[in-house]
Amino acid sequence: MEAGNLSKILKNSAIWGFIVLELIFFSIAGEFLSLSDKAFMDVDNMLLLLKQSAPIGIIAMGMTIIMVNGNIDLSVGAIFALSAVILLDSLSWSVFAGLGDWVIPVSWTLALLTGVALGAINGLIVWKTGVDAFIVTLGSMLGFRGLVFMYNGENPTSSLNWTLVDFAEAQFLGFHTATWFLAVVTLIIWYIMTRTVHGRNAYAIGDNREAAVNAGIKVGPHMLINFMIIGFLSALSAVVFYSESGSVNPNDGQLYELWVITAVVLGGTKLTGGSGSIVSTLGGVLAIQLLRKGLGHIGADTSTVNLVIGLILIAVLFLDRQLNAKGKEELKI
Amino acid sequence: MTDHIPALRLEGIVKTFPGVRALDGVALSVMPGEVHALMGENGAGKSTLMKVLGGIYQPDEGQIIVSEVPTVMTSPLQAKSKGIVFIHQELSLAEELTVAENIYLGELPRRSFGRVDWTMLYAQTDAILKKLKVGFNAKTIVGDLSIANQQMVEIARALTVDAKAVIFDEPTASLTDAEKVVLFDVISDLQAQGVGIIYISHRMEEIFKITDRISVLRDGSYRGTLNTRDTTEEEVTQLMIGRALDLTRNESHHTLGDVALEVRGLSCGDLFKDVSFEVRRGEVLGFYGLVGAGRTEIAETLFGLRDPDGGVILLDGEEVRVTSPADAISKGISLVPEDRKGQGLVLGMNCRDNMTLPQVGNLSSGPFVAPGAETAIFDKYKEKLDIRTPGWKQTVGNLSGGNQQKIVIGKWLSMNPKVLIVDEPTRGIDVGSKSEIHTLIRELAAQGYAVIVVSSEMPEVLHVSDRIVAMFSGRVMRTFTSDEVTEESLIQAISGIAPTQKVA
Repeated sequence: MEAGNLSKILKNSAIWGFIVLELIFFSIAGEFLSLSDKAFMDVDNMLLLLKQSAPIGIIAMGMTIIMVNGNIDLSVGAIFALSAVILLDSLSWSVFAGLGDWVIPVSWTLALLTGVALGAINGLIVWKTGVDAFIVTLGSMLGFRGLVFMYNGENPTSSLNWTLVDFAEAQFLGFHTATWFLAVVTLIIWYIMTRTVHGRNAYAIGDNREAAVNAGIKVGPHMLINFMIIGFLSALSAVVFYSESGSVNPNDGQLYELWVITAVVLGGTKLTGGSGSIVSTLGGVLAIQLLRKGLGHIGADTSTVNLVIGLILIAVLFLDRQLNAKGKEELKI
Repeated sequence: MTDHIPALRLEGIVKTFPGVRALDGVALSVMPGEVHALMGENGAGKSTLMKVLGGIYQPDEGQIIVSEVPTVMTSPLQAKSKGIVFIHQELSLAEELTVAENIYLGELPRRSFGRVDWTMLYAQTDAILKKLKVGFNAKTIVGDLSIANQQMVEIARALTVDAKAVIFDEPTASLTDAEKVVLFDVISDLQAQGVGIIYISHRMEEIFKITDRISVLRDGSYRGTLNTRDTTEEEVTQLMIGRALDLTRNESHHTLGDVALEVRGLSCGDLFKDVSFEVRRGEVLGFYGLVGAGRTEIAETLFGLRDPDGGVILLDGEEVRVTSPADAISKGISLVPEDRKGQGLVLGMNCRDNMTLPQVGNLSSGPFVAPGAETAIFDKYKEKLDIRTPGWKQTVGNLSGGNQQKIVIGKWLSMNPKVLIVDEPTRGIDVGSKSEIHTLIRELAAQGYAVIVVSSEMPEVLHVSDRIVAMFSGRVMRTFTSDEVTEESLIQAISGIAPTQKVA
């Protein structure tokens, strides 16, 4: 029985071990290969890394709940883009002209509500039709992206509000605004997953849906709530990112769903549901960002980065499979 | 029986599993052109024997002899190549493919460059189908066929090799009477071609109609072979059950309370029809019948998993409609399901969370779980039901079957249900824990719970029940009290034989 706990600890800390390896590797390799004379583990560099992790990281927290619940959401990138469009466009709506800087919380709220509404659409369809979430959100990914293009054609939607930019670029205790958002989201979702009835039931549904139904758990509402949470977080991610950049292209956020899922899976969450942890997802998010940044640091281009991350993902899943297969045999009575 | 060499002979087959001697020196011999029935209660060892024959299990002792050649079976496919073919109760066909593709699945005739030789495939298939005299052809899509015809496809598959022995496992379970006639014709054709047939069934009527000899297994050992012509149903039944019972009959006679649950005329499609019964507080009502008799389906209907299309359910005398498991639970009906791992437990979760799963919402303060209250409940029932686990943090998947079952039972007891339904209480549970679960069920009745036990093990039903409902193909044949029931009358009732009022 102790062995079970030990392998659990090993598995949960594996991603952090990987992060340490990455740090060591890039620090040493950086000495020889980097064009810049700054060390990889420079404080500013690390702070920036955290900030850059935020957009994917915030959504990844929602994806963890969704996947633990046994679903998946491919539409997060499109929700991200549509919420960003609403955010930036509404800043300059004439109805809000008299509000001054008070337009900021109003626009934020509108963007976040957009995310929740789009998530609710996904959730309702999955619940009421019983169609697999993969298919439903594949459809809504295309549909929501279509809405983005309908809104402003191929043109970017822009609006620079300097108060907003100042807020987004602020640093508190050294950490950027975006990092704080990621931290707070991580904490809240962790709390939901581990300390609430909803979190408990989400695990149960993902692990064994039939047993959950037989225990009187109403599966549909829980799934709906989770899709609303991830919709909200996709929008929040957009709010955090575009408050600073001030301009959104209709293609922004494409492939976000894949980066998010990669991070979550690297963190050890099972695609089949029932198992996963928020803390490990945070590890997965940081590991990917480190890899992107580190490979850039030693002079690799984007395509190399993608190739390496792809290979690592497959290697990790293969290892996981081997470990689990072994564990299962031991379990047999 | 012109040929004196048996088509298939099993000698002294022994197979043990940890704690169980599943087969203890079983012998069986099938002559060419003979239909040989293999009978025995659930758990008597029939399926284990067939798994040994199919190479899924290796016997610890004994040998399999095909046409006087000792043979080691390594897989069903290899067994087939030796001429031993299985027709399973559950069909394993690719429904989207044609009959021909299904029959030759994995061994399609080839032309050069790996191309399929369709002409040859269809010709060969049609030749086989002609032998079976069926009304469909090689190009029919299997999914479009009736269950009976799909079974014919399975049989056709068996005929692609030079079969020496064909094993039919409960082949008529899902067939109508007309379809049975066709099946029996096919069997007698096979017989005429000199194929030996092992016919596994519980249905006396069929056994006496089509078989030549009957071999009986009981508790994993061979109890003898009878010539069908010279024997009677009574004699076979005796042989099947005539052991010194290790489980005594339930003889407790505590006073019963009010009727907790009454069911009148409950029906659900083809699954069960016009089912009526009642169960009182302090009573264990057993449901006994063959697989497919509709017992589990009744339990599922009471628990809100199926919609009945007729009849009423009365709980404490009041008519109720149960629309979902959540609804059933709130009304006080709970179900310990047949498939513990698939339907009863969240295997990746710990013991405590599994036990409190239906009531986390009730225990919580607002949206937040209340770990203290949950642990208290777990500790109480761990003590009460003697659940052996190092602590509540233990993952349920790591517990033994008996302890897992206690977790599921504890889950419902902690919610104080009006009616507790236990479907196959001891399936997959070792012998020691079995009697513990039985004792537990009796204790629950003594404490005033109304308990329904669904089981396909006769000793179990006899041991725990105050009354027994005998079912046959979706109907209640008879309800016995524990005083009047005999093993013979029970077996006859569940085999669909008109009840004879023989009181022991």
